[in-house]
Amino acid sequence: MKSDVLVRRGVWYLALAVLCLPFVVPTVWMVASSFKPLREIFASPPTLLAKNPVVGAYSEAFAFQPFGRQYFNSVYIAVVVTVIVLLVSSLAGYAFARIRFPGRNVLFVIVLTGLLVPSETTIVPLFQMFKRAGMINTHWPLILVTSFAAPCVLATFIMRQFFIALPLELEEAARLDGLGRVAIWWRIGVPLSKPAASAVAILTFMSSWNLYLEPTVYLTTPKLFTLPQALTRFTDAYGGNMWNVQLAGASLTVVPVLLVFVLAQRQFVEGIAHSGLKG
Amino acid sequence: MAGYLFVAPQMLGVLLFVLLPVGLAIYYSFNTWNVFTGEMTFNGGSNYSDLVNDPQLPKVLLATLIFSGGVVVLNLSVGLLLAVLLNRRLPGVTAFRAIFFSPVVVSVVAWTLVWGFLLQDNGGINGLLSVVGIDGPNWLQQGPTAMVSVIFAQVVRSVGVNVVLFLAALQGVPRELYEAARVDGANSRKVFFGITLPMISPTLLLTGVITVVGALQAFAQIAVLTQGGPGVSTTVLVYYVFQQAFEFNNIGYGSTLALMLLSFVLVLTILQWQLRRKWVFHEE
Repeated sequence: MKSDVLVRRGVWYLALAVLCLPFVVPTVWMVASSFKPLREIFASPPTLLAKNPVVGAYSEAFAFQPFGRQYFNSVYIAVVVTVIVLLVSSLAGYAFARIRFPGRNVLFVIVLTGLLVPSETTIVPLFQMFKRAGMINTHWPLILVTSFAAPCVLATFIMRQFFIALPLELEEAARLDGLGRVAIWWRIGVPLSKPAASAVAILTFMSSWNLYLEPTVYLTTPKLFTLPQALTRFTDAYGGNMWNVQLAGASLTVVPVLLVFVLAQRQFVEGIAHSGLKG
Repeated sequence: MAGYLFVAPQMLGVLLFVLLPVGLAIYYSFNTWNVFTGEMTFNGGSNYSDLVNDPQLPKVLLATLIFSGGVVVLNLSVGLLLAVLLNRRLPGVTAFRAIFFSPVVVSVVAWTLVWGFLLQDNGGINGLLSVVGIDGPNWLQQGPTAMVSVIFAQVVRSVGVNVVLFLAALQGVPRELYEAARVDGANSRKVFFGITLPMISPTLLLTGVITVVGALQAFAQIAVLTQGGPGVSTTVLVYYVFQQAFEFNNIGYGSTLALMLLSFVLVLTILQWQLRRKWVFHEE
């Protein structure tokens, strides 16, 4: 009986260990190879860790193109977009959940259509619109579209679901104290919505961070590039990939997302602990 | 009044950056764009008849079908398998959960670049295969293996999200149901198909919709890994829209293809929503 359980556990561990290979190997290989000299990268048979680790590829990444600047571009755009989405979706989500006004449901359905329209459908007209507004080769299209289209619509939906589930009594007490709508939203709704807001923050940051089609279409000057676009430009004069430099750059792009996850996750837990949602 | 003010920013955003562009795309689809003068001339729907006459389009649609179908089937089945494997309390289970979720943290382009690196003729995958004496194919340069490669890279990157959603659903199944089934002497296969699957079917529907729509919109993966090649074997509809509109400057035809993509997403979403009554179990 006991050995039966042990065997079953052994099979479970083995199955998971095999299954997780394609999930870890690329990331480990990416980071490990970024410390290898170019000739060692294609060594046969392949080595996992560098024999003599070098950091040359990292300094080369910053020397080859304005990588520091591109890094900053991606970070600041994602932060700005996330802040705007948190504000806009919190306002709209709160109103759709808690304020009764004529046409509320129709407006909500119109907003939801924003989730269904693929960004590739709208990119051509948006390009023409932004061209007319003189915003091509600026960061405006990246900030504006991400802040209001699909990622924000999804955020509004999440916030609405969250506010619907909040107990009404909290607000009624505030109303008796004479607080107006905006004050109730800001002083009661916003602080309570931390768990939903951290989910929204993670999703929004990621969708801005991963944008590739949009920067490719809107930006032509290397110092305006964002990271995904910059990563594909580490090529030599013949168009061949500079693998070690590319992998060093790619390894560096993981850091901010990891940070956001760590930070938002703590917020998430704290949010649940402090908002009185637990019991 | 407050309600309108609260929803105004979101409303304006959707009108300006989603609905107006859709309207413009419909307008462009009935016009021919002159690259030199930038003028639009009405062409009486010839972009739509071009759809029928485009020799590439059937291949593109087939590639789209294989890619999206493959991604969806694998994403849901592998996601469910992993969730079932991870849904127990054993030491190390949280570490495994983190591992399966970790590719989501690597940005799409970085992830795709690494796979491109690993799948080269002299790359890591073939290097590993040669250790066990297998002479691996040049993955990205042949039609069938190129398609398998993009599907695999996409599934491994995105399945972690589904695993998390499935795990949450599995943990929401009331334990009494399992205990009752055990008492009745049901084996684990019967328990899975008779209890687990019906109980988590709403989550299956939700992830199904999200995965289909996501697969139909995969652009960076194709652009970085294969550029739609070899030939057009991995040119999915999204990539074809990009090529027509921005590489060949066919604004009108590109818009027509973009609307086709939109109609696919709409039809699939509505279809799944309608079908939910047929196969989604509701507790009553």
